[in-house]
Amino acid sequence: MPKQTTNVLIVGVGGQGTLLTSRIIAQVAVQMGYDVKVSEIHGMAQRGGSVVSQVRYGEKVYSPIIKKSDADILLAFEKLEAARWLDYLKPGGKVIINDERVDPLPVMSGKLKYPVDIDKRIANLIPDTTIVDATRMAEECGNSRAANVVLVGMLAAAINIPAEEVENAIREMVPAKALEVNLKAFREGQKYLSATLNRL
Amino acid sequence: MKKLMIGNEAIARGAYEAGATVATAYPGTPSTEIVSTFADYEGLYAEWAPNEKVALEVGVGASIGGARTLVAMKHVGVNVAADPLYTFSYTGVNAGLVLVSADDPGMHSSQNEQDNRGYGRFAKMPVIEPADSQEALDFTRLAFDISEEFDTPVMLRVTTRLSHSQTLVETGERVEVGLKSYKKDAPKYVMLPGFARLRHVEVEKRILQLKEYAETTDLNRMEWGDKSIGIITSGVSYQYLREVMPEVSVLKLGMVNPLPEKLIRSFAAEVDRLIVLEELEPVIEEQLKAWGLKVEGKELFTLLGEYSPEMIEEVLLGVSSGKGSGLDQEIPPRPPLMCPGCPHRGVFHTLKKMKLHVMGDIGCYTLGALSPLDGMDACVCMGASIGMSLGMEKANGEDFARKVVAVIGDSTFVHSGITPLIDVVYNQGTSTVIILDNDTTAMTGHQDHPATGKTIRNLPTRRLDLPALVKAIGIEHVRIVDPLQLDEFRQTLEEELNRREASVIIAKRPCALLVKKAPDKEFFVEPELCKSCKLCIKIGCTGIYWVEEDRKAVINPNTCVACGLCPQVCTFEAIKIVEG
Repeated sequence: MPKQTTNVLIVGVGGQGTLLTSRIIAQVAVQMGYDVKVSEIHGMAQRGGSVVSQVRYGEKVYSPIIKKSDADILLAFEKLEAARWLDYLKPGGKVIINDERVDPLPVMSGKLKYPVDIDKRIANLIPDTTIVDATRMAEECGNSRAANVVLVGMLAAAINIPAEEVENAIREMVPAKALEVNLKAFREGQKYLSATLNRL
Repeated sequence: MKKLMIGNEAIARGAYEAGATVATAYPGTPSTEIVSTFADYEGLYAEWAPNEKVALEVGVGASIGGARTLVAMKHVGVNVAADPLYTFSYTGVNAGLVLVSADDPGMHSSQNEQDNRGYGRFAKMPVIEPADSQEALDFTRLAFDISEEFDTPVMLRVTTRLSHSQTLVETGERVEVGLKSYKKDAPKYVMLPGFARLRHVEVEKRILQLKEYAETTDLNRMEWGDKSIGIITSGVSYQYLREVMPEVSVLKLGMVNPLPEKLIRSFAAEVDRLIVLEELEPVIEEQLKAWGLKVEGKELFTLLGEYSPEMIEEVLLGVSSGKGSGLDQEIPPRPPLMCPGCPHRGVFHTLKKMKLHVMGDIGCYTLGALSPLDGMDACVCMGASIGMSLGMEKANGEDFARKVVAVIGDSTFVHSGITPLIDVVYNQGTSTVIILDNDTTAMTGHQDHPATGKTIRNLPTRRLDLPALVKAIGIEHVRIVDPLQLDEFRQTLEEELNRREASVIIAKRPCALLVKKAPDKEFFVEPELCKSCKLCIKIGCTGIYWVEEDRKAVINPNTCVACGLCPQVCTFEAIKIVEG
């Protein structure tokens, strides 16, 4: 077991399902025998605000929150949120960005502009960046709402946690009727990231 | 195997294992999951009370009646419950009572960031502070024993970061303590002056005994390391400190009131430099200074907001981990906002158009204060809107009151809106009050309340009839209207504002998140008809957005729930319906 703590930062917009993703990853880390801490956001921010879930696992974990410049991986459900939390990424860390744009209020009302090509600019800055249209992939698996599980698949591939453990966690947490779509979504996400890594 | 639990679940588990049979609360972030989790244990009593004062009073009765009792609320809820709390500290308990105060440093979901450790000193009761979920479970269990041993309510003080962080927990078995026998004991429980004077003597004796207990309890522990710095800390700050300074000597306090003076002096004597690390107020630091100890605290660490590992690293080690991302880009903020289909949007759109002065209240609708709706003048605490609107009128006169409305949610109205409405009637105010009745306590995650007709376990109960209640108070003009029918809503509001009598408008429509069925129609913007006026954009809905290149509004079919608000706002009839 690596002594080093692994820090996973999952960011998005309230309502996008970041909480389920962090809970699946955390559950797998527990099954693997790690000490695990997870920090979640409940309450007001869940109403369409910027939300963050933090998962930390290793031999011994103290803080439930990740320090700036210390996240091994940043998984963003939304492009602008990737930019907002980018200073939490460790030098050499990985970024996965879901190719989804959700305009925040000041943009919707025309007061501020949504930065153009923000995902591409992050990719230029951080070599290990993967951009994915998880919603479309989930649609192809049978339900666009499984986009968060596509992202779980990518995350699992990126931080190298065993697929069968994740699938067990998904079986525990997802309702039976949605299970097949979710397992498919997970596998597609995993395949996508592995394929991207092989190209590098 | 150990299980992951958020702090709040662990507290509920601790109360369960301690043999508690009664739990009561009013929902409030970050405390809500404590009693909702307790309600999952079968055969025990759990309730949503109408407010925190009632929750604690039910708890007091249950404790005197012999049941181990858990009462939970957010920090500002303790203000509401403060009246029974201070005097309950005098009577003491029969069976143990633990009051959880969930504070919110950083104000993730609150109107202030008061530090409720202060209540411990003020009410002379023990305050216990866990630093992770395992401690939350263990300390809650122990708190019931302390409560009974010292005949006192015990405050378990937690913060958002503890309440909503999952850490590993090893659960234990429940002890069936059974009911304590109840005996009438008026001198102990009837707090009239003659009896209360005697109880105050007991309170002062008790706090001295608790000080002795604090010296030896396992709740407080010394962890020796490098003695050039010794840090006294508690709660989640301990974890941040250990993360960045694993070698330093630490006195970790699990009991933050009363403080163990001898233990602290012995720790101070061993270290070269003594520092107190505590979020928010210098509660520990000031007591150390009063004892004449040389200690650093708030000259190093801020009084504001939530702490973090990098903040401690920066202050104590002089290293800065936040090097910035290198991304040269201003990032638009993303404040929370009302959901697509939210009934409140119709209300605040109308209030803005009518340029009214809006006395606001606490709930999802407080978001109506934000741009582009900009629909609120004041918001202070639960239930304040109605009293404030009466105060506005008494200051500025009846004519001014024609431009003032109070807006308050259904759950908040039941919590503390009824008494101010009585004041309006009694003192002949002409206020117009809008009760935003969405049939739930929405902001905290959809809890039931007396006017939903369902209990905490989703079982049917007698439903509080809001129109009948309001009429019984003496409001003669009670109107019920759908806030998403804009013309009807506005006309009703104009009529009631112009009336020189008090009136209540019940804006009735369920929370959009409670509507499970998919919309039976779809809307789209006819580009040829869109005149780029942006009126539809100004309702601040994520279901419709502006495309600058085309200078047209577009409906997002993934987020739009077809509530029908934007077509009513569009003066060019550019928003069309596809049925089915």
